[in-house]
Amino acid sequence: MAADGTPLLELEGVSKRFGPVQALDRVDFAVRAGEVVGLVGDNGAGKSTLVKAIAGIHSPDEGTIRFEGDEVRIKGPQDATDLGIATVYQDLALCDNLDVVANLFLGREQVSAGPGQVSRQLDEVKMEHETADLLSNLAVTIPSLRSEVGTLSGGQRQQVAVARSLLGDPKVVLLDEPTAALGVPQTKQVLELIRRLRERDLGVVVISHNLVDVFAVADRIFVLRLGRAAGEFKAEETTEEHVVGAITGVGDGGERNQHSEEGEKS
Amino acid sequence: MSATEAATAEEGGERRPTTGETVRRIVQGDLSSVRVVLGLVVIAVIFQVQEDRFLSAENLTNLMLQITTIGLISVGVVYVLLLGEIDLSVGAVSGLSAAVMAVLSVKHGWNAYMAIAAAVAVGAAIGCLQGSLFSRFAVPSFVVTLAGLLAWEGALLQVLGKTGSLNITDPKITGLANIFYSDTVGWIFAAVIIGVYGAALAVGYRRRVAAGLGDTSPLSMIVRFVFVAAIVIAAVAILNSDRGVPLAVMILLAFVVGMEYVAKQTSFGRHVFAVGGNAEAARRAGIHVNRVRIAVFTIAGTMAAIGGVMAASRLFAVNQNSGGNELLLLAIAGPVIAGTSLFGGRGSVWTALLGALVIGSISNGMDLLSLSSAVKLMVTGGVLLLAVLVDAVARQQRQTSGRV
Repeated sequence: MAADGTPLLELEGVSKRFGPVQALDRVDFAVRAGEVVGLVGDNGAGKSTLVKAIAGIHSPDEGTIRFEGDEVRIKGPQDATDLGIATVYQDLALCDNLDVVANLFLGREQVSAGPGQVSRQLDEVKMEHETADLLSNLAVTIPSLRSEVGTLSGGQRQQVAVARSLLGDPKVVLLDEPTAALGVPQTKQVLELIRRLRERDLGVVVISHNLVDVFAVADRIFVLRLGRAAGEFKAEETTEEHVVGAITGVGDGGERNQHSEEGEKS
Repeated sequence: MSATEAATAEEGGERRPTTGETVRRIVQGDLSSVRVVLGLVVIAVIFQVQEDRFLSAENLTNLMLQITTIGLISVGVVYVLLLGEIDLSVGAVSGLSAAVMAVLSVKHGWNAYMAIAAAVAVGAAIGCLQGSLFSRFAVPSFVVTLAGLLAWEGALLQVLGKTGSLNITDPKITGLANIFYSDTVGWIFAAVIIGVYGAALAVGYRRRVAAGLGDTSPLSMIVRFVFVAAIVIAAVAILNSDRGVPLAVMILLAFVVGMEYVAKQTSFGRHVFAVGGNAEAARRAGIHVNRVRIAVFTIAGTMAAIGGVMAASRLFAVNQNSGGNELLLLAIAGPVIAGTSLFGGRGSVWTALLGALVIGSISNGMDLLSLSSAVKLMVTGGVLLLAVLVDAVARQQRQTSGRV
């Protein structure tokens, strides 16, 4: 199922230390186009740190990051955005008082041509049109594009946040706990949306605590434990039990990579 | 909700609201302008019953002149409120700016327009300074502008010097609040306003239809057009039957319409709403949050100065009381009464005008009834409290119905 070829995004030997805490220890990680990678691990395993290293929030201390085969340095969120890496954080960062269209285009509003340009007049019609196109492409259903985001359900808000990340035409999308705190039907909608991101040939990284959701959507599952890579599984060829084993460090962790075998302290 | 989501999901298609929904929207503040208009009607009836001069053309013209200063200052206050902040210095800034204008005009013989420009520049500079302090050092705006309130009041006394009062004689300045247009010019204004409004509605509607976004039914647009046209015609007819349309009213209207356009139709305005709604989200979306904040406080200072100039023009003087008394509180209370939230992210510049009308009519009516200052202050305080309570209740309602 996982796509072949050069990875879109590749991390090699990435380490990050916060004072005495080794948050990431020589982690290798890769995402290919048209692939969903589930990033799992216990609290404090380094999932968020890994995502933040990719998103440019924390630059890694060591290691290299390659994007489409070229070595890159991601020093800030803008660098990541410019490369084509979009991140949807757990808190979604939506403005509840603004409608769906306004949230989607926040910070990159379309300005109308003609005399209105002087005052940077918003081209609401164009923005609404593009919003409608994008959402229908993604099969996202929102009662009205002009409803305030605060009035939407958790699942709809998540879908709006994901749709917004696609406006910059990214190649890799990082989703931080996209299904946390969602009900069953809403979770289903969000997972459907993630599958559609894969169909668009994006590289998708999903951080999640929920293994059921990860198995439902991921092609590959990457386990972190205490800042180290603790196993990598093809979703089709493994069981939840194996993955849980890798997360907790109990039992056989499956295809462990070299780093995780060097004396683990638990 | 999710079961009905799919069923009602229709791109851009809005359902026709039921009566119950409309009532809910009025309570929750979505249709707060309706609430305010109802309030105005109640106020008018109460005062008219007790004193039949209240609705006379002469008194209504006076009312419009009385509210221009508060209305203009409130325009800036609305922007600050949209950020969820407060500016307590606007009264003092209006007094100081007017004093600067008066000193330059009277003592230094400056050209009227230069003196007015200097006053506006002083207001803008003060706003910019306060905004910078607030955003750069993350000091609560309440404290920065409270310090400003004291400091600028002191500066006002300093600028006025020993005399303590300056009479303005330049007709270009005094004309701002004392020029009335002839009936013909008044009707030309009415025609232009109605024509431009109608054209704007029609163009917007045609663009939406052309883009296939048919969610604005022409009916609601026609209703709005007729409503606005009726108000404009009635207003001009009333003003014409007294002294004519005052320049001051046109100035206030121009600023309200212009600043409403900036708030609702430009990317800057969108960013103001975003910062007021969720500053962190705005920052992550790449909006320069601090620049927006500084710009908003600069607008507040500028509008305060313009309001101060109008007040000086109307009084023919600047004195130690300029910009003092309850001006500050009324300028903040007005927009809140009319539906701009104190909590940020919700409101419109129209509330500056509507709120000033509510506050102005109450105060004007009580003056006509020759009530004592004691009663006036208590009633005004009560109205302010009521407005804030309505805002807070509306917010709670939104939260309990899942809207933040």
